[in-house]
Amino acid sequence: MNGFLSVFKRELKGYFATPVAYVFLVIFLFFAGYLPFKDGFFEIRQAELRLFFQSLPLLFIFMVPAAAMRLWAEERKNGSIELLLTLPITINQAVLGKFFAAWGFLGIALLLTFPLPATVYYLGHPDTGLIITGYIGSFLLAGTFLAIGSFFSAVTKNQVVSFILSGAACGILVYAGMPTTVNYLSTMLPANVVALIEMMSIQSHFDSILRGVIEVKDIAYFIILIVAWIGACTVVLEERKAA
Amino acid sequence: MIDVQRLRRSFGPVVAVDDIVFKVQKGDVLGFLGPNGAGKSTAMKMLACFLKPDSGTATICGHDIITDPIGVRQSIGYLAENAPSYNEMTVGGFLNFVCDARMIKGQARKKALDRVVPLCSIESVYHQTIETLSKGYRRRVGLAQALIHDPQVLILDEPTDGLDPNQKFEVRKLINGMAKDKCIIVSTHILEEVEQICTRTIIIARGKILVDSTPQALIEKHKCSLDEVFRKITSTKKTA
Repeated sequence: MNGFLSVFKRELKGYFATPVAYVFLVIFLFFAGYLPFKDGFFEIRQAELRLFFQSLPLLFIFMVPAAAMRLWAEERKNGSIELLLTLPITINQAVLGKFFAAWGFLGIALLLTFPLPATVYYLGHPDTGLIITGYIGSFLLAGTFLAIGSFFSAVTKNQVVSFILSGAACGILVYAGMPTTVNYLSTMLPANVVALIEMMSIQSHFDSILRGVIEVKDIAYFIILIVAWIGACTVVLEERKAA
Repeated sequence: MIDVQRLRRSFGPVVAVDDIVFKVQKGDVLGFLGPNGAGKSTAMKMLACFLKPDSGTATICGHDIITDPIGVRQSIGYLAENAPSYNEMTVGGFLNFVCDARMIKGQARKKALDRVVPLCSIESVYHQTIETLSKGYRRRVGLAQALIHDPQVLILDEPTDGLDPNQKFEVRKLINGMAKDKCIIVSTHILEEVEQICTRTIIIARGKILVDSTPQALIEKHKCSLDEVFRKITSTKKTA
């Protein structure tokens, strides 16, 4: 088993060895189920999961940093990073192993929302394609927030600080594209700058995926963000591992 | 087996390790002595490829620490200060993880575990989580992790720190038993340990090597106990 797989396996098991996974899953699933109904699932009288997917960005802003904050901050504080990085594992294998384990965990959390699509199938005839693209988009969104969370987890030894900073960064990315923000910014900045900011926000790309169209530019957006933040995480870790 | 060439490392304005040079051969147990903050741990972290040196290099078993850190880490067993590990894992789970990372599989893994677990006397705690273990047991688990792949080189940072007298004796016995076939660097503050297990001594202070000799030679030369030799060397150099 090479370095990447050994770290991946250990990290994924580690989530379930402590209360972290169970507390996280219960809270996440509760809100993931509650929010669509609060937002008017019955009122719209359509068998679709649009409201569920639309509530995910906000939920992720709170929950994904919680899953990410322990990735590196705990290792640095505990000193176990010295053990990890003196095994014959490259730092890239370690960073990717942890990232994919956390992403896998979030994937499990998303899969456990299956009662919602099951409900919608029972109630009517939903568009399967939309549900599938919705889950793909949500998985990519989770990965992006996780990459941001990994970076802030590597930057500080304090998990609380990591959580707050990641949450803020994810929040900025999401809210940059919201109508109220765009309106506010257009009073101050030229129109093309505002359009640029809107294009860089999560909202526009996520909404486009939710509409059922998976375009290369949207997938590329998420992949680029993930690669950039994970790259930054590796660089910071290399600099600060012994600090 | 270990060839250190002018390793240097600073942390900001503080020079932690200042152009140190030494060699260690198979069969040597090298005792790294020095006051706190002398640079012992920093030097060991560089040899274990955890820290990159600012300049200079070293080769361990033919692998260069700068160009081939993975090769170095495969050849050495490293026990860091305070024996870090993953608290939520069981001892068995932790050792299996180390085997995963070191690519020890199947029968080889079973053999390695059967060898190392009794060697470090951790059979009784094999299924306990590491956070429930006492300091002495954690250190033994750390030692087990360093020995599991039977490396030719061992780098142990204060391996008996905080252990009770019996455990100290056991660890020293362990090191003595392995010394013939391996190349071992031990850093310690305990001078009687140096006399008991080390074939060579390096005294390091403020990042520089002050003395590179054997415990016996030092005692004969200065005609006093190792304790006083240490005091003499590290304090006169300070005022010089």
